[in-house]
Amino acid sequence: MIWSLAKRALTVLALGALLAPGDAAARDLTVVGWGGSSQAAQRRVYYEPFTAQTRVPIQEDSWSGGLGVLRTRVQAGNVTWDVVQVEADELQIGCDEGLYERIDWAAMGGRDSFMREAVSDCGVGAVAWSVGLAYDGARLREGPTSWADFWNLQRFPGQRTLRRGPKYTLEIALMSDGVPASEVYNLLRTPAGVDRAFRRLDQIKPNIVWWTAGAQPGQLLASGEVVMAAAYTSRMFAARRDDNRDLRVVWNGSIFAVDHWVVLRGSSNRDNAMRFIQFATRPENQSRFPALSFQGVTNLQAALPSDAGVAASLPTQPDNLRVAMPLDVEFWVDNIEELTQRFNAWAAR
Amino acid sequence: MRQPMSRFLRPRFSAWLLVLPLFLFSAATFVVPIVMMLARSVQDPELSRAFPQTAAALALWDGRDLPPASSIDTFIAELRDARGTEGLSFAANRLNSEISGFRSMLLRTARSLPRDRQDDPVAALARIDARWGERSTWAAMRRASGPFTDGFLLAALDRQRNDDGAVVRVAEERAVFVTVLLRTLWISTLVTVFCLLLGYPVAYLLASMPGRIANPLLVLVLIPFWTSVLVRTTAWVVLLQRDGMVNGLLQRLGLIEQPLTLIYNRTGVLIAMVHVLLPLMVLPLYSVMKGIGRAPMLAAMSLGARPFEAFLRVYLPQSVAGIGAGCLLVFISALGYYVTPELAGGGGDQMISYFIAFYTNRTTNWGLAGALSLILLVVTGLLYVAYARLSRGPRAPA
Repeated sequence: MIWSLAKRALTVLALGALLAPGDAAARDLTVVGWGGSSQAAQRRVYYEPFTAQTRVPIQEDSWSGGLGVLRTRVQAGNVTWDVVQVEADELQIGCDEGLYERIDWAAMGGRDSFMREAVSDCGVGAVAWSVGLAYDGARLREGPTSWADFWNLQRFPGQRTLRRGPKYTLEIALMSDGVPASEVYNLLRTPAGVDRAFRRLDQIKPNIVWWTAGAQPGQLLASGEVVMAAAYTSRMFAARRDDNRDLRVVWNGSIFAVDHWVVLRGSSNRDNAMRFIQFATRPENQSRFPALSFQGVTNLQAALPSDAGVAASLPTQPDNLRVAMPLDVEFWVDNIEELTQRFNAWAAR
Repeated sequence: MRQPMSRFLRPRFSAWLLVLPLFLFSAATFVVPIVMMLARSVQDPELSRAFPQTAAALALWDGRDLPPASSIDTFIAELRDARGTEGLSFAANRLNSEISGFRSMLLRTARSLPRDRQDDPVAALARIDARWGERSTWAAMRRASGPFTDGFLLAALDRQRNDDGAVVRVAEERAVFVTVLLRTLWISTLVTVFCLLLGYPVAYLLASMPGRIANPLLVLVLIPFWTSVLVRTTAWVVLLQRDGMVNGLLQRLGLIEQPLTLIYNRTGVLIAMVHVLLPLMVLPLYSVMKGIGRAPMLAAMSLGARPFEAFLRVYLPQSVAGIGAGCLLVFISALGYYVTPELAGGGGDQMISYFIAFYTNRTTNWGLAGALSLILLVVTGLLYVAYARLSRGPRAPA
């Protein structure tokens, strides 16, 4: 009773918000990315050319993930975001929960035009990115070559930074302990494997600085706060270009994942949103993206960058891909809550 | 008798009309969402919505061995109907917070259900995943079959119900929330004490100076107060980092040789939080001290008290109301802090709001988020009641 009343009250509020000047249909197409160098590149190769070609203005926003954020928006019936770039786990659960509009793959050029990881019922792969070992070449003349070096406090004294939370951290801990990439998730699915990862983390616990926002590892390396980082590789190459920093990436043992474009269910700009996704995944448009963002693209017909330096800095470059480990989305969908709780209990001790 | 009464009532009614917009606004944007969120902490609707008959059947199960074959048949039939629906995903998420991996097991089972009715339904399910043959799987489903549960509140206190329904502590490597609650209270206490130690002299100085000097100084307190918390926290991150200004200054003065670790740990959290909350201490103290004035101190000293004694016996007791208000304001604000520990703290410095945000935004376990919020609210309420009791004492009639 109270519940349904409260729901009604919220709906009234949401309607109130929609009655703001103009009506819902007049709201600009809103595209939500992850900020930073990647969204800056998207602005140049996707947002602005799309508006120039279709005369559909785009309102930009950015976020840092979280299924709850999307669920609240869709359930409240107040969808002010149209196209959102989501991570693979948000894609999977959100699709099951009916948070996204279905993709018409014929309009996107067919499922076969894209890499396997980019194809699903609710989303089209947008960017391919990695988390890898990074360091400042100006500070370490002989740099690390593997995650095992990340644990080597004798050869590389000082602090290191990892992302706060179990995701990436546990995989990295096992790889540093000599577990081959292909075995990491099999081992993490067993209690003994999780114990082993935490024991390994114990060894460098006092030397870890935890980052939460993607921009932090670069800043921490630049300020000398840490000697090594597990970082988004694209941000390292962007800092190399923009800030003239000698940041370097070790591809060996990097973790590879794909983000996706989705359209939130109930979007009043659904047709334009789909048009945008179609535009932003066309091969000729995707071809321009890597050189600006240092991230890979998903359309198999997209031309490879002509610049060898850029090509070598992409997660999708074959040599880089060969030594990388794909993120196991199903594992994290199942275990993120349990392992986050365990991670926090561990961090508190 | 009647006429004077109605004269009293009329202005009161119009006064009510004036506050009505505010009342409606705060009810709609503040009270209702909070009540909804807190209600989440005892509601458990997902499973009974997706599998109503299974939930009813499991409620009758005695919890020994496995549920009767008829219940499992009901479950298989309902699972078949739920395939591809949103309700199945919500139920799967709910079960996943009981047992990790339940989500993918349930969805995979739904995809690979046998077409026809089976003679041995348990065996049919166990062929898809062996865990369906285990009692703990079904016990978890029974715990989640709602519509109400104490599971989230127990989880927020590091307790859980085992397969027999008894309340037990969770395994040590997963116990985190009691620690976090105590940590939240401890950090808030430290911040309050530091704010008082730093803020009291400042407020005293401001209150005892002539206006033309005090007012510009007061602006120095107010400008940070008006600046965004995020900006001030980020500024501290820059100042306190390894090669930051604070370390640079200390090294140049020769006080330290190696840079100190001042950020991404408890020190950083305390420095940043004290700075952010200091105005909330200074302003109430200042307003109370302004009312005391200089006369009582001068009177005490003219009667022979030394300055320190006069302060201790005359001034300090009169300023207790300000101390109480300032401490309460700082302490309760600190309890809910999120951004500052997130940016300036390390893994072991996160306060309870961090976890509420995590379960709200990341894993959508809104039941646990609601339970943690409820516990924070209850603790805050208890502390406030304790404060109100104490401050009603004879010396401070505030």
